[in-house]
Amino acid sequence: MNEMMSVSSSPHIRNKLNTSMIMFVVIIALLPATCFGIYNFGINAAILVAVCIATCVLSEFLYEKLLKLPVTISDLSAVVTGLLIALNLPSTLPWWIAVIGSVFAIVVVKMLFGGIGQNFMNPALGARCFLLICFTARMTTFTYDGVATATPLAVLKSGGEVNTWNMVMGFIPGTIGETSVIAIVAGAILLILVGVIDLKIPGTYIVTFVLFLVIFAENGRDPYYICAQLAGGGLMLGAFFMATDYATSPITDSGKIIFGILLGIMTGIFRVFSSSAEGVSYAIVFCNLLVPLIERATIPKPFGKGGEI
Amino acid sequence: MATLTFKGGIHPYDGKDLSKNKPIAEAMPTDEMIFPMVQHIGAPAVPIVAVGERVLANQKIAEAGGFVSANIYSSVSGTVKAIEKRRVINGDMANCIVIANDNMFEYAPPIPVKPIAEMTKEEVIGVIKEAGIVGMGGAGFPTHVKLSPKDPDKINYVIANCAECEPYLTSDYRRMIEEPEKLVAGLKIILCLFDHAKGILAVEDNKPDAIKKLKDLTLDEPRIEVKALKTKYPQGSERQLIYATTRRAINSTMLPADAGCVVDNVDTIVAIYHAVIEGKPLTERIITVTGDAIRFPQNFKVKCGTLYSSLIEEAGGFRDAYPEKIISGGPMMGVSLFDTNVPTTKISSALLCMKKDDVKASKPTNCINCGMCVGVCPSRLIPSRLADFAENGDKGQYELYHGMECVECGSCSYICPAKRHLAQSIRTMRKQILADRRKK
Repeated sequence: MNEMMSVSSSPHIRNKLNTSMIMFVVIIALLPATCFGIYNFGINAAILVAVCIATCVLSEFLYEKLLKLPVTISDLSAVVTGLLIALNLPSTLPWWIAVIGSVFAIVVVKMLFGGIGQNFMNPALGARCFLLICFTARMTTFTYDGVATATPLAVLKSGGEVNTWNMVMGFIPGTIGETSVIAIVAGAILLILVGVIDLKIPGTYIVTFVLFLVIFAENGRDPYYICAQLAGGGLMLGAFFMATDYATSPITDSGKIIFGILLGIMTGIFRVFSSSAEGVSYAIVFCNLLVPLIERATIPKPFGKGGEI
Repeated sequence: MATLTFKGGIHPYDGKDLSKNKPIAEAMPTDEMIFPMVQHIGAPAVPIVAVGERVLANQKIAEAGGFVSANIYSSVSGTVKAIEKRRVINGDMANCIVIANDNMFEYAPPIPVKPIAEMTKEEVIGVIKEAGIVGMGGAGFPTHVKLSPKDPDKINYVIANCAECEPYLTSDYRRMIEEPEKLVAGLKIILCLFDHAKGILAVEDNKPDAIKKLKDLTLDEPRIEVKALKTKYPQGSERQLIYATTRRAINSTMLPADAGCVVDNVDTIVAIYHAVIEGKPLTERIITVTGDAIRFPQNFKVKCGTLYSSLIEEAGGFRDAYPEKIISGGPMMGVSLFDTNVPTTKISSALLCMKKDDVKASKPTNCINCGMCVGVCPSRLIPSRLADFAENGDKGQYELYHGMECVECGSCSYICPAKRHLAQSIRTMRKQILADRRKK
């Protein structure tokens, strides 16, 4: 016996799927929304997408180099974060603000807490909220076809009429990636089919939000109002791509449902009772902070102790 | 499609095509045969032969060291060369009886048995105990203990575990194809012990020919039913099997008997048949020698005590290059070997030689909290959290999150996209806590 064999604890086989493959699928799933955003808002949207992705990857690389940590950019999670940040920005935003947001997302929200999987808050949404506070005017000015216009949600808030069909298609002002329900849902279907996400969080989120509107909103029984609320703002992008972020959502099945319900309620409160028209980002960031508590409260019953069904 | 199953589990590449069509062949015993005194759960057996003594095949060479223990028989005739510490499967040095095989195959007289109809239940269990039969699926729990529950009348099901859910393994499958009548006869012997029990032959639905054979054989057996199970790992795990076939659930603090069940593996049941009908002690078993590094993968009838290295030679040696990993047992729960000069035992089900080691090829990275481990865990646990607690040495949180319910199936490590060694961490902590409990 001259040859050396490798010895390890069982199991001795591993599934092929790894972290970067999951991230790659998410990137593919975000492409319809990205492409539509670039088509809808023009070249500046494309520039912002490129700037955000490049900044995110570079910040992670430099941070890890500087601290002599293993470089993890090949897991593609920084690309996903960069893309999501860009999709959450107005197309008219100057590129340097996008850079600030991207550095904030990667360095402050993600790397300082231990890198991938360790962040307590969705990095892209953390960056968006940070920019909303620092650069409120620039982050809330939306230009469409060269004219500064109010988003459909803002129009709804002030009692105006909106074209629901255009909202579903995405031909409305808003952030780069949030406008087209069709493009977002197409990507979401891919994620669900591949098994990267399931409907627990987005499903309960949307259903709870609709119920909240029906009960508490003035026009809550008007189906056009409900549709406009669902199609407007970042709800679809948030529900399918941000709320389902692995690191910042509960790992337990029942926790996911509670998380979705809380998201629906928080979004409803922000949209119906607050002065701003939008509320998805704040709702998700807020609920991210509750995830450890939700998980602790929803430790599943093990098999043989009532958990077999 | 069979619908009987449990929640969770995985579908790894099963590799059974390598050896499933290879009939069982006799493997030649080695010149030096090694019999470890621990081939079962419980107290080590105690040698009853002396160095220099001549022994016959099927002669008892070690006696059970307690109620939960098992007799050990020599599988060849020869001379006792030594009683000393030798390397065994798990890498330890353990007390073994070493016999120089004289290749004469002189047999000792069989264990005295009467026709089955004339035996009392106690006598049947006595023969099984005498024959040194243990659970041959891998755990090695002494069978006579399993068959002596507190209240035999409360046993409703005797389940023959024919699932063989471990990838690559085909030994049980070959038994079912080649000797199904012995399996059915063995099950009927066990049913004699439990008046209120039904027999279930639980087979995964990736073995339709075995299911058909067993169904044909049991047409006129009102007490025996063949049940097809969904093909999924770990379908053959005792708790999952009981649930899939009877909808009864047991946890770590319970025995199958608490749910009115007795579960025995195919090879064990055939061993019971040989013992009770023919008076033959347990000295041989079927071992699948397979993997992409083996030249001629096949199924061997092996005399326990034969060295693994000789099985590799009988299977034509290695193909192309030396394997990166050699495993005793299946790829999910088997033990990797660093030396193939170790003896086969009653609980060796396979020898798997793999060209590439997945574990070596994948480096663990941060948990991304994807929850896939939660989705596949048959015990409905949160493996990623348990592994964190284990790595931090947090016994309190580990038990709060029900870590002791883990069945160590390894599904979590298999599925983890971050390639974390979840099962390893969880198992280590579980062993520590069990050791702590024993100290108290």
